[in-house]
Amino acid sequence: MAKVKSKKHDTFIDMTAMSDVTVLLLTFFMLTANFIPKEPVQVVTPGSISETKIPEANIMTVLVDKAGHVYMTLDRKDNRLAVLEEISKDYNITFTPEQKRSFVEQPIIGMPVSLLPEFLNKRLEDQDKLLKEYSIPNDSTNNQFRQWVKHATAINKDLSIAIKADATTPYPVIKKVLDVMMGLKQYRFHLITVLDA
Amino acid sequence: MAEVNTGNHDDGKKGKPKKMHLRVDFTPMVDMNMLLITFFMFATSLAKPQTMEIAMPSKDVDKVEEKSKVKDDKAITVLLGGENKLYYYLGIPDIADPNTLVRATYGGVDDPNSLRSLLYKRNKIAIEKIKRLKDQKDRKQIAEDFYKEEVKKIKNAKDGQVVIIKPSDESSYENLIDVLDEMAISSIGIYAVDDIKEGDLFLIKNLETGGEHAKQFEN
Repeated sequence: MAKVKSKKHDTFIDMTAMSDVTVLLLTFFMLTANFIPKEPVQVVTPGSISETKIPEANIMTVLVDKAGHVYMTLDRKDNRLAVLEEISKDYNITFTPEQKRSFVEQPIIGMPVSLLPEFLNKRLEDQDKLLKEYSIPNDSTNNQFRQWVKHATAINKDLSIAIKADATTPYPVIKKVLDVMMGLKQYRFHLITVLDA
Repeated sequence: MAEVNTGNHDDGKKGKPKKMHLRVDFTPMVDMNMLLITFFMFATSLAKPQTMEIAMPSKDVDKVEEKSKVKDDKAITVLLGGENKLYYYLGIPDIADPNTLVRATYGGVDDPNSLRSLLYKRNKIAIEKIKRLKDQKDRKQIAEDFYKEEVKKIKNAKDGQVVIIKPSDESSYENLIDVLDEMAISSIGIYAVDDIKEGDLFLIKNLETGGEHAKQFEN
């Protein structure tokens, strides 16, 4: 009885081609990447059929959540610094160079001015936590949001304003934000939406 | 990871240089790449967000005259109520008649009560003109720039359909976006978002109560 010896097969799979594909994909993803900016509030934008893309640069995004909390971002770092200088003049608050650097690094503007120096002394991770609790005051008596917008639009004339608001936001909240900007003679807005399938 | 096969051990042919097979195992490389791809897929947004451009009416005093020049029979006023309700009236509303205000829906063209079917009907000529132009553009008979220019002309025609959008305090941001979408779908060139007035709220209340609201004031 001859034992049938099973032949030893070489199970080596050539992964070179697979590696080629993954590297290509990786390159694609790296080149097309624009990182999702972290936002202090979750905002679900409404759907629309509009296919206009947001401008590449010089954007001020105003983030409005359901409860009416207002945050803003400025995409250009030199603008952020210049705006902070103006705000410091407005409210007589002086910022140390470290605080200024911290302000430029933090993409979200969303603090009452009085708490800003203390906020900027904190580490970036702690700042993110604090941002969830505060927002830019937008009341008629203490409208700091107006000051921010005023300086931002004055410093950068090409600035386009994008509004990113939650779909369920009541209209009066939006109107208040729009009114502030219309009061500053800003009439053109980009409303950020997602494409309806 | 990498193995070198020195093939043909037993051939016994001496003198000939041995053939070296160099094989590198790429599996860990693929593993790492896959991990990186996954990371990039989750951490980045591929598509830039869509936006909808809107120009709000300026509140400058010198432009007031321009505003009031809209012909009454060409104006539709759309009121956005709470709970996704939608109303409209044509031209100047008749305060006494509760049915001067009409309920509408956010539905498509197949819904006869929808805002879209109303606008399609009212703006038929412009929509058809744009459709013809688009056909020509798709068949490469006219250039893209020319097409855009013409569409702009049609949309901004002096006697074109005008829509005034008045969102009430109960309406949501989504309602506003939806109605602005309808403007784009129905090729309405001239539209404005305005504040809701006392009279408009009265009309809504009057419609909802079937005329009861107006009677209160008569007595």
